[in-house]
Amino acid sequence: MSIPFVHRQAAHCESGATANLLRHQGINLSEALAFGIGGGLFFGYLPFIRLNRLPLVTYRKGPGGIFKAATQRLGVRVEGRRFRDPEAGMAALDELLDRGIPVGAQTSVYWLPYLPPALRFHFNAHNLVVYGKQGETYLISDPVMDEAVLCPAEDLRRARFAVGDLAPRGRIYYLTAVPTEPDLRRAVRAGIGEVCRNMRNPVPIIGVRGMRRLARVIEGWPRRFAERRTVQHLGHLIRMQEEIGTGGGGFRFMYAAFLQESAGILEKPELLELSQRMTAIGDGWREFALLAARACKGRIAVAEACPELAELLRRCADGEEALFRDLAGVIR
Amino acid sequence: MKQQEVPQHPGLFGERKAVCYALDETGGYVLAPTAGWNPVNLANRQAWEELARELADIHGEVLAGRKSPLAYHMARRQMDAALLARYAGLFRWRVRRHLRPAIFARLDRELLARYAEVLQLSVEDLCRLPETPELEVPEIAATEESR
Repeated sequence: MSIPFVHRQAAHCESGATANLLRHQGINLSEALAFGIGGGLFFGYLPFIRLNRLPLVTYRKGPGGIFKAATQRLGVRVEGRRFRDPEAGMAALDELLDRGIPVGAQTSVYWLPYLPPALRFHFNAHNLVVYGKQGETYLISDPVMDEAVLCPAEDLRRARFAVGDLAPRGRIYYLTAVPTEPDLRRAVRAGIGEVCRNMRNPVPIIGVRGMRRLARVIEGWPRRFAERRTVQHLGHLIRMQEEIGTGGGGFRFMYAAFLQESAGILEKPELLELSQRMTAIGDGWREFALLAARACKGRIAVAEACPELAELLRRCADGEEALFRDLAGVIR
Repeated sequence: MKQQEVPQHPGLFGERKAVCYALDETGGYVLAPTAGWNPVNLANRQAWEELARELADIHGEVLAGRKSPLAYHMARRQMDAALLARYAGLFRWRVRRHLRPAIFARLDRELLARYAEVLQLSVEDLCRLPETPELEVPEIAATEESR
């Protein structure tokens, strides 16, 4: 069976899945708006979580957080489930599809055969929407793909029940009831408020302070590691920030798009100026990636590049600190 | 980033395109298709090269009889002993033991089948070492940036 689900390509998997699921129920939101209302923007330097034996740096909040916050703020009722038993997890999915409900799922990217091979690493916080099943093949709207795709049931099962850090444990989520007139203004304000709090949080590895912490850590890499290992770390940073799913500049451009849209919704033209500042900060992040890549390529010595990178990062941190202070003022 | 500056350096997505956020001429944000960006292509390619290098090292060790074929197949799936243990539902120390050739050679069919299932191999292939390390390193066009 197949549900008439409209696939829209998005930059990021979770905000894309959230926007597409909401739209299916008649709440027409852009991906950027879903991301912003969900309070998606974040920064975290989390060295105790490892990805391919390298420290996790994240530019968005934790898996599932965007969907949860966005739907809650819009007054949408949702159901989320995890499963111990894969068979039960697959059966529950089929049952929902039978009832005509498109289902969001958290998966690993490694086991999804339709993804380009270059992107298939053991990363467990991917999101997609399942909207049908034909025989032993699922119909999938994967937000990062340009069109809807097919996936064999066995592969989807593996992807949903992947293990390791951020293991999805078969997590699925879907909408159960939507309000006729969601209060968009309130939702946008709440989303902005959350990001302002998170980014100016006193926890030293989170938000602006996390960025400064990472800057200090980067400065130490040339002393701490052999060159090859430093290059690995730098390459890892580039990938976390830019490789598929951030919309560029570690979500900063997506957030700028959200601020631009919010200016109209809240009737606050000041947000347009803040959107422009956010864009400039995003450009700063791109500059960081560019310089890191030059170091990876050997165009510039890592010992020379690392202090410069730290400096670029501190500039982003300063920009974001001021921006979120002003942003908090605008919505107060 | 402006719309006309959105990089179009083919790489990770093959024929497909991803989308990113960029500004159009009027300063409004749009979703713009992108074929990829050189810094990301480079970082991704280096990550794969690193994996290929590690796999080749392990391949050599298996050939030399210092490690079991399981070590090779584990690395080919980008796993370490901890991850494989969780997939197979075994204790980590057991998986580590099974990386030793003499111990691996004595494993019973049932345990081998378990590993084979997790690694998407037949039991025969699990016990065999291919002649050359076969990591499917994706072809990422090695476009040279001008800078």
